Amino acid sequence: MREITYRDAIREALAEEMRRDDRVFLLGEDIADPFGGSFKVTLGLTNEFGSSRVRNAPLSEAAIAGAALGAALTGLRPVAEIMYVDFTTTAMDQIVNQAAKIRYMFGGQTTVPLVIRTTTGPGRSGAAQHSQSLEAWFLHVPGLFVVMPSTPYDAKGLLTSAIHDNNPVIFIEHKLLYNQKGPVPDEPYTVPLGQATITREGADVTIVATSMAVWRALEAAEELAARGISAEVVDPRTLFPLDLDTILESVKKTGRLVIAHEAVERGGVGAELAAQVCTRAFDYLDAPIQRVAAPSVPVPFAPVLEKRVMIHAADIVAAVQKIVPAREKTLG
Amino acid sequence: MAVPANKRLWMYQRMVTIRAFEEKAIELFKAAELPGFLHSQIGQEAVPVGACAALRDDDYVTSTHRGHGDVIAKGARLDRMMAELYAKETGYCRGKGGSMHIADFSLGIMGANGIVGGSIPIATGIGVSIQMRRTDQVAVCFFGDGGSNEGSFHESLNMASTWNLPVIYVCQNNQYAESTPKRTHQKIADIAVRATAYDMPGVTVDGNDVVAVYEVVQAAVDRARAGGGPSLIDAKTYRRLGHYVGDAAVYRPKEELEYWEARDPIETCRRHLLETGLSTSTEARAIEDAARAAVEDAVVHARQAPSPAPDEALEDVYSGWDWQGQRL
Repeated sequence: MREITYRDAIREALAEEMRRDDRVFLLGEDIADPFGGSFKVTLGLTNEFGSSRVRNAPLSEAAIAGAALGAALTGLRPVAEIMYVDFTTTAMDQIVNQAAKIRYMFGGQTTVPLVIRTTTGPGRSGAAQHSQSLEAWFLHVPGLFVVMPSTPYDAKGLLTSAIHDNNPVIFIEHKLLYNQKGPVPDEPYTVPLGQATITREGADVTIVATSMAVWRALEAAEELAARGISAEVVDPRTLFPLDLDTILESVKKTGRLVIAHEAVERGGVGAELAAQVCTRAFDYLDAPIQRVAAPSVPVPFAPVLEKRVMIHAADIVAAVQKIVPAREKTLG
Repeated sequence: MAVPANKRLWMYQRMVTIRAFEEKAIELFKAAELPGFLHSQIGQEAVPVGACAALRDDDYVTSTHRGHGDVIAKGARLDRMMAELYAKETGYCRGKGGSMHIADFSLGIMGANGIVGGSIPIATGIGVSIQMRRTDQVAVCFFGDGGSNEGSFHESLNMASTWNLPVIYVCQNNQYAESTPKRTHQKIADIAVRATAYDMPGVTVDGNDVVAVYEVVQAAVDRARAGGGPSLIDAKTYRRLGHYVGDAAVYRPKEELEYWEARDPIETCRRHLLETGLSTSTEARAIEDAARAAVEDAVVHARQAPSPAPDEALEDVYSGWDWQGQRL
């Protein structure tokens, strides 16, 4: 299969859906050609679809989210782009009080087929307002779906599913993954929402990781393998709907769980996952659940400081080693 | 512009229906028959009725927490509204929304909204949708003088202007943002001047004169349908009661209330109908009696309607999925 970047995979999903369905359109800041978006995801789409369907919006996140919502309520299927997840803060009324609530609050009268694409993660010296990982905020809000693809294949398939779905989806892309290449089919396909994937099979410990943390977990698994520890890496892909069954099955097999994400630890997605696993698979756990997450501080600017608060493969290795007995000892 | 007799009578009928609904709702609320909060639109009836008189059935409106009149003006059913106030299963939102969240999407009533300024971007997006679907519909966005200070107002008007959207922003300038008088929450006298900043027409109108409101909204609607873009209308009116039922409005001078009571929009309209011979006092009374009877019928319906089953609290969080994220 051909390999394309995460960025190109996302663009391909957008283009395929816009070709398939006239109701799909894009709006966001700086998304039109020739600039093509701050991360170049929408580059070239204006040429094919025109400036009415690739709408370059004023710097008005609340109006962008609200305009997407109003369009979703009246027959269209908008895909809005909010450049950084940090900037969703200025659109929160429209996302949290409006988009997430409108179906419920009005007694199921309508559907809200809306996707908000945004970007997450540290690692570019973006400092405190361009590096956050705020997925837990959205996960906390009933009425929203939260998607975090870690591979080009998942990015295309999940975005296609998100556009097909009739609910508001917060689709969180990772800034440092845009150039990552991976196998992606030429033709349209979907990756269902609410279906985790086992990225690497293993027997001794389960590492549940999201977005960029999946890649850190894979590095860690490689290192652990060299030390005789077999780690299974599970990527939930969508935080809600959540495929808890796949996670529970893995934990029942390995008896040990490490959860890794780039967001700060306090109140993070890891806390929710740990609680779910404790409630449903406590008897299968042979050791306390470990979380690998950022310390609960803002993201700093200086590369040396930023590196200190990012999660690394070594952190995951250390967390695993805390709860998996060293092989030599077990064998001896 | 000559306004046809049947339209004037329609406007009178809608205004007295709103007044009757609001008076009844207050009575029921004070009798503890209705849970939640109640924000009365009494005194402001001419704005939504004048505006909706300029709309077609397939046009859209968005409303606010003080929105019973807006949705009645656009044609909402009184029985389903009252049942919603009673938190009943037959209510517009099946008991999930209440007074601040009445909607009837089939009538283009895209929701009353509990967040001040919250519906302004939504109306703007409806304008985007109309433009992209290439119909000649329009959207009317109701908000208040308080709402005109929210960032969402400014973001939306700028976007609507830039994209030339068919949205008419109608400020029900009722002189109060909760307890704060307009003169102390914004320096401008006329909210319409804010249109200048967004290069769209800004019109100030007597919001207690239903025909005047109709005429300026109709002009804005005609302009929007013809591709002329958005307008801002500042309809000066008055919130005759407190912010919510139970607010004694101690912050309001007596003389101010008397000034506005002397300019009651319904009385003004009634006087005009009689003076111009469009209606006799007997006919006008028949309209008023019919409105009150319709409201009483709605109350009878609502009282008898079943409450939602408790587990309905878990329904309609998502479409096609249950609240726990399992596919339906």
